Amino acid sequence: MKAKYFEPFRTLAVILIALVIAFVIISLVSDRPLETILIFLWEPLATKGHIGNLIEMAIPLMFTGLSVSLLFRANLFNLGAEGIFYFSGVVAAAIAIHASLNGFLHPIAAIAAGSVVGALLSAIPGILKAKWNANELVTSLMFNNILFGVGLYILNYQLRDAKAFSSASYKFEPTALLSRIWPGTRVHAGLIIVLVMIVAAHVFLYKTKWGYELRMTGANRAFAGYSGIRTARVIILTHLIAGFIAGMGGSVEVLGMYTRFNWVSLPGYGLDGALVAMLAKNNPLSVIGAALFLSYIRNGADLMARLSDVPSEMISIVQAIIILLLSAEQFLKFWKNRMLLKEARKHG
Amino acid sequence: MDSLWSVIWSTDFAFSILRVTTPILFAALGALISNRAGIINIGLEGIMLVAALTGVVTSAYTHSAWVGLLCAVLSGVMIAGILAFFTLQFKTHIILGGIAINMFASGGTVFFLYLLSGDKGASSSLQSKVLPNVDIPLLKDVPVLGPILSGHNVLTYASIAAVFAVYYMMKRTPLGLRIRSVGENPHAAQSVGVSVVRTQYTALLLSGLLAGLGGAYMSMGYLSLFTRDMTAGRGWIAIAAESMGRSTTVGTTLTSFLFGAANALANALTVLKIPSELIATFPYAATVIGLLVYAIGESRKRKKAAVKPNEG
Repeated sequence: MKAKYFEPFRTLAVILIALVIAFVIISLVSDRPLETILIFLWEPLATKGHIGNLIEMAIPLMFTGLSVSLLFRANLFNLGAEGIFYFSGVVAAAIAIHASLNGFLHPIAAIAAGSVVGALLSAIPGILKAKWNANELVTSLMFNNILFGVGLYILNYQLRDAKAFSSASYKFEPTALLSRIWPGTRVHAGLIIVLVMIVAAHVFLYKTKWGYELRMTGANRAFAGYSGIRTARVIILTHLIAGFIAGMGGSVEVLGMYTRFNWVSLPGYGLDGALVAMLAKNNPLSVIGAALFLSYIRNGADLMARLSDVPSEMISIVQAIIILLLSAEQFLKFWKNRMLLKEARKHG
Repeated sequence: MDSLWSVIWSTDFAFSILRVTTPILFAALGALISNRAGIINIGLEGIMLVAALTGVVTSAYTHSAWVGLLCAVLSGVMIAGILAFFTLQFKTHIILGGIAINMFASGGTVFFLYLLSGDKGASSSLQSKVLPNVDIPLLKDVPVLGPILSGHNVLTYASIAAVFAVYYMMKRTPLGLRIRSVGENPHAAQSVGVSVVRTQYTALLLSGLLAGLGGAYMSMGYLSLFTRDMTAGRGWIAIAAESMGRSTTVGTTLTSFLFGAANALANALTVLKIPSELIATFPYAATVIGLLVYAIGESRKRKKAAVKPNEG
């Protein structure tokens, strides 16, 4: 095997190890381990409806995964996608309820508003980082809590339908909803939007001067600065784009999957985005596969919780192991060294 | 507004500052030790959460709050050990490693809570113990000071003791010297025979120990049960407090109390009939503002330092 195949091979090895650990946990916890493992592995793909669920969940994961990929690529550890995803959802919901537009313009207006709000909110930690070097990880996490509190306030005091049973907004205007694109499932037009965004991000990152500057700044900010790149501007721009994408994700999710806004806790897609980005090695096109994989094990865990005796939170243990091993430079490094040595001998 | 003033100028309010600062202070001291060793532990939030659950579960099974405390602290050390193993041995990126620890803790605690109690929200069905409150003789009868300083949970006093212990350790012991030298210049430290990896291991384990104490306090002192995600960002606030406190023991302690006061104020603001959703954001907003003030001060200082050589 060649050394250049090492990275994909290593990713596969990590996933395999994580799955083995999942099996071990299931066997320890479940009364019927084999049956439970089969549910976990097979059930997400068993019916058309379940495949639909898998794709539905992959859509928000692709949005946040793409957003976090760009940030990580610029070496920015910002986990603000979580709060932005939520808050932009509130913004999109407000427009879906209150604006009266036709079925073509209404979702566009709602998504555009959510995305722009996301970009602006994301710019705040970006500016703090670029100008004063404030730790973007801490500020973005604090912002998640702040945005959640303000969003929940808007839901409870401005959008809430008193006639609804629980904390839920007024019904969206039917014109605002995204159309279903696969009959028999809830897969919505958001899938097309996110795929377009992913291709656009790929072009941006690898074919434009801005993308080049982003990658250079991420590789070594000081060096990029010496070679004439205005890194502060790159950092703010990256935050704007990442926030735009995360905000779009929240808006699309709300208009694609719901008829009322009813999130009373953070949905968690922002942190999952970090995992998607790592699985995708911060590569936009690979985000598709990474999000589908994460959605697959998530749905497997949910179905397992419903059909057997193992709670779905098991999956967060598996996810943590994937992150730890994927980001471990030394893990399986000896193998790569051996491959390199072999190649060197052959050519030498 | 009058009602707010009367709440703030009461001994109860000062008492509550000490009460809410305790977990932040423990975690901030943990952040300090690992940061001084040049390795930033952002898994504190997760470590506290794991320790909080471990304390509740083990105290329920052994019927002893003290065994619960011991196990909680050990679990904190263990999680820190896992993080240390991956970052120091396997060269996992320390921030991504910390994210993994937090992800594990957030879901993993719910997983184990459900297996042990059949509930995913809170540990109310477990008969867990709480650590005792301590009345300080003599002091408790002093007016004003007595009601503020006496009658706290034993871990609140332990957190104050930890401030002195960390101060002494960093300044006066060989270990403190090693930690500081490794953090400031690992190559220089290595060249005079200090093992960088071993020192960083020790620092991370100590930070796990302190965060473990903070976690135990959350579920066995501050509250008397474990609830899902009960640390609610305190680990992160602690990290902000540590950097605002410029990684010194005194500074970190003061900023921890500042953020603790912001937390207590948020609780007191409920008398003003401000919506609870907005009040809940107050400690986080205070943290962002604090961090910003610090960062601006730092970058001014850097600019000055960069200009100076040309002047002379």
